[in-house]
Parts: sequence; structure tokens; C-alpha cells
Amino acid sequence: MNLGKHRKSKAYWKENLKYLCILLLIWFAVSYGAGILFKDALNSIRIGGFKLGFWFAQQGAIYVFVVLIFVYVYLMNKLDAKYGYDEE
Amino acid sequence: MADAQVWTYVLVLLSFGLYIGIAIWSRASSTKEFYVAGGGVSPLANGMATAADWMSAASFISMAGIISFAGYDGSVYLMGWTGGYVLLALLLAPYLRKFGKFTVPDFIGERYYSKTARIVAVFCALIVSFTYVAGQMRGVGIVFSRYLEVDIETGVILGMVIVLFYAVLGGMKGITYTQVAQYCVLIFAFMVPAIFISIQMTGNPIPQLGMGDTLSDGSGTYLLDKLDGLSTELGFAAYTDGSKSIADVFAITLALMAGTAGLPHVIVRFFTVKRVRDARKSAGLALLFIAILYTTAPAVAVFARTNLIETVSGEEYDNMPQWFKNWEATGLISHTDKNGDGKIQYVADAKTNELTVDRDIMVLANPEIANLPAWVIGLIAAGGLAAALSTAAGLLLVISSSVSHDLIKNVLKPDLTEKGELWAARISAAGAVIVAGYFGINPPGFVAAVVALAFGLAAASFFPAIILGIFYKKMNSSGAIAGMLAGISLMLFYMAKFKLGWIGELPSKEEWWFGISPEGFGTIAMLVNFVVALLVNRFTEEVPKEVQDMVENIRIPSGVGQAVEH
Repeated sequence: MNLGKHRKSKAYWKENLKYLCILLLIWFAVSYGAGILFKDALNSIRIGGFKLGFWFAQQGAIYVFVVLIFVYVYLMNKLDAKYGYDEE
Repeated sequence: MADAQVWTYVLVLLSFGLYIGIAIWSRASSTKEFYVAGGGVSPLANGMATAADWMSAASFISMAGIISFAGYDGSVYLMGWTGGYVLLALLLAPYLRKFGKFTVPDFIGERYYSKTARIVAVFCALIVSFTYVAGQMRGVGIVFSRYLEVDIETGVILGMVIVLFYAVLGGMKGITYTQVAQYCVLIFAFMVPAIFISIQMTGNPIPQLGMGDTLSDGSGTYLLDKLDGLSTELGFAAYTDGSKSIADVFAITLALMAGTAGLPHVIVRFFTVKRVRDARKSAGLALLFIAILYTTAPAVAVFARTNLIETVSGEEYDNMPQWFKNWEATGLISHTDKNGDGKIQYVADAKTNELTVDRDIMVLANPEIANLPAWVIGLIAAGGLAAALSTAAGLLLVISSSVSHDLIKNVLKPDLTEKGELWAARISAAGAVIVAGYFGINPPGFVAAVVALAFGLAAASFFPAIILGIFYKKMNSSGAIAGMLAGISLMLFYMAKFKLGWIGELPSKEEWWFGISPEGFGTIAMLVNFVVALLVNRFTEEVPKEVQDMVENIRIPSGVGQAVEH
């Protein structure tokens, strides 16, 4: 019983870490990637009055951050339910 | 101006009455209510309170102005102060909520099973919070003095009395619900002028879109292109380009993000919700509420910058509009006619430039520049005060709980009763308000310079210790303490040497290590903290079994109820 519980929490943690890696990769890509490192290259693309790299640095990255957290909330609520950690 | 002043008095007094009413309604009767508002705050309320807690006088008054002078370089603040919430939501908030308890030193002390670790954490929390809170009290004083024409001292004292009232009486509970009200006041005050100006300049009512829209003069030119053109014409860097090095922009952004995630007054807000899932959700809501202001600020920056250049550049000084004269009287904008032609030369070259503009003017004078009604001006004052007071209150609570809970109850006098601890908390909150007020009235010259570095300090001290504490269960006490001490001392040293010039003469930019400014150095100090912690960990004691079990336990979201019981 105890061993099963231990295995369950290990599996839960592993899936959690997988989500974290993917979401943080996107977090890094939109801010440090698009907004800083590749800003100049992206600036040759334009959306309306915005140069794309500039837009990511001052607008886009922030929108993506908000979406990322809500995606994480959704994924984790589903994961909690899958492992039965959602009872209160 | 008289009209605006009446509105300012009315709106400021109304908002203060609201805060005091809330404080009386939400008095704290136990230490749990005082430290974490009883632990039953809804995610929505916590999201708003976190947003107000987080957005300080600097976010409200100064940020748009900084961006409008820095252009692309200002992005470090936009990304840095929002991206930290992703780290907070994904890496810290859920686990710290599961851990329960009251303060960040609580976590450090128990996770690293050591009184020394707790004391080091208290020391770091106090340094970070005091540097930050002095700036807030100063902000309160400045807003009062500019809009209500009282002197800064009176303004600071008024602010102290208000904060004292609700922080001492209500603790976290009073602070939480006043912060909810303060968020509403500040976001309304920020958005109204932004929307008005966006419509005036681009015909687009949404500032975030207006910023990338064409000008409403029918020329079909994009606003940003126009501003790039104006800037380069006057010898400045193109607005959308910036002039900082990529490495420095990268380092500053990372230091601000990790610092945000490591700031004790923000972290502690996530102790106030009921369940782990509420902690995650309220982090998302907090960022959503923050993002409303943070995506509007760069738009305000572009509008204000364009407006300013078009109004002043090459124009006759005698033809300047009334707002120019009003703010000239406060010293925030000044003109010296160097070449004696009666016109204003506003250029990048310091030798021929005739105009100096304080960056705060971009938000403070915005309603006048855009000819908005008098009540909007009053609104800005109420909003600026809400932003400064809400942040000050959150910081004061961290200071008071560090002293009463972590130092007195857990280290000096463990047999203190619940009632005694509540009194200790109230007295230390009052003491902290007085110290903060003193620094607000007599700011040591270095306060303004180091407020921005509070983030570097938080990144260099707490962030690695907490992350390792959660994600690496074999991380031991010696390693964590060594890491925190190495990180914060390196950061303090770099600040003293390269920002304050306390060690020898202030070195030039060329001497910065790796070309990284003091603002970005938190990133390096944070890496040093990680490396030292992991190295020392390799050669020192094994982590006790029960601590490893505790770490496994905080990774599982269910069963929060038991964790909170002492």
C-alpha cells in the first residue's frame, strides 16, 4: 500500500516536471528568444505598425505569459484528478 | 488648476475613507489572520490583492516614463516584472502553499532544518523589504506634494498614519481587502487617461492596439514609424531599437524575473488562499490583472513621447501650453535657452540640448498634456497613492512577521503565547512604519539608486534556496546557507562598487564584469548562489530522512488542511 502510494506520487511528479519543461521552454522562447536574442531578425517582419521583435518584447511576451499560467492551471487540475489528488 | 485640486481632494479623501472602512471591517483576531488573512482568501480576491501588492509607485508613476525615454530598452521591465509570475506560478506558489506556515523564512528554516538558515533568511527579507519600502513612502510624499501642495514630510506622515491604521489593526486580513480596493482604484486611474489619449492620437480606443495603429491625422503613417523618425532626427536611438547590449538586456530581464519570484511580500500572498489549486489560479489571475497595466504602459510611453517631442521640439518657448508652465514650476521640466533663439532645442547631444524632462512627468502630466477633464487629474493622484500604499503595506507585513514570527517566536522566545505573538506582530508593524516613514522623509542618497536592486538581492538570495528546496530533495542546510550568503554578499559588493561607488571611485561602464550592469548583476549572483550551494552540498552532510519526506509531501497538492495545523 505504502509502496503503491510512493510510486503514484513519483509518477505524478514526473508528469508535472514534463509540463514544467514544456511550458518554461515556451516562456523562454517568447521573452529571451523572440524579444531579445532574435529581436533584430524578427524586426524585419511587421504586423501593422509593430516590428515583430519589438512587439514580442513590449506586448506579445506578456500575453503569452498569462496564457501559459492558465494552461498550467488547466493541465495540473486535470493531472490532480487523474491521480486522485483533487479531493479536499 | 483649482478645479483639478478640488477633484483631487475629493477623490483622495473618498479612497482613503474606503480603505479605513475596510480596515475596521476586517480586523485580525489571531496570528493566523494577522499573517495570512486566515488562509481562506478567494483566488479572485488574492489575484487582485497580489496585483496591487506588486504594482508599486514605480509601476504606476515611473514605468511608462522610463520606457518612453528608453524605448526598446524599457522592455526589460515589461518582460522582467511579468515573466517572474510564470516562475512563481509554476515553480514556487503551489509548493509553498502546500507547505503552509506563514513566512518565507519559515520555509527556509524548516526545509533546511536550521535556525541559522532561518536567521539568514530573515536578514535577507529585511534588507530586500526595507530598500523597497522606503521608496514607496517617498512616492506617497511626492504624490501628495505635487497634487495637494502640502510638503513632502506632511505627505509621508499622512501616508504613514493610513498604513499604520490598517496594517496594525488588520494585519494581512486588512491589507488583503484594502489591496483589492486599491487595485480597482489604480487600474481605473491608469486606464482612463490612456484610453482617452489613444483615441485622440490614433482613433483606436484600445491603447495596446493604438500603439501599433496609424495616426488619426489621416496621413496613414504608423505611430511607431513616426516616433522612430522623430527620435533619429533629434539624434536619439530609434525608439524600437534601443542601445543596451543584448547580454545586459538578457541579464537584467532574468534578474528582474527571478527577483520577482523571490520577493517575500509577493510569495507570502500565496499563503493566504485555501488550496494548492487556488494558489495556481490566483497566480494566473494576478498576472492577468498586472498585464492590463503592463501592456498599457508601453502604449502610454509611445503616446507621451510623441506628444512631448511634437509639442516642444523647435517651438517658441513663449508659445508653450499651460501644462508646460505648471510643471516647470515644480522643477520636473526645465528649459535653458543655450543658443538664445527663443526656441526649444530638444536633442540627444547634451551640449546643445536645452530641455530636461523628469520621466515621472509622462504619467503625472499626461492628462494635462492631452487636455483631459479635471477629474482625470484627481484620479491620477488617487491611483498613485493606491499603488504606493498597497505595496508599502505588503512590505511592512513582511518586515513585521519576520521580526515577530521568525525572530521572536521561533528563535528568541519560543514559549510566547498566541496573544503575545499577535501583540509582537502589531508592535513590529508599527515600528516598521515609523522606520519606513523616517527614510521616506530623510531618504539616504542611495535609496533611489538601490530600490531597483532589491530585485537583484531577492534573486541572489531567496530564489535559488527555494527552488533547490523544492526541486532537489537532497539539498542540505550547509549548501543552502553558503549559497544564500555567497549570493547576497556578492550582490551587495557589486552594488557598493559599481552603483554606489563606496569602494574606491565609481568605475566606468567599461569595467562592469562581463559587461553586465548592476541592475542585471542579480543574474550572475544568482548563478553563483546555485553553484556554491550545489558544490558545498556535495561535500557536506546528508539531508535527514524526515526532511526528504517533507519535500516529497509538498510536491503532492492534496492534504493542505493538515499542513497548516501547527
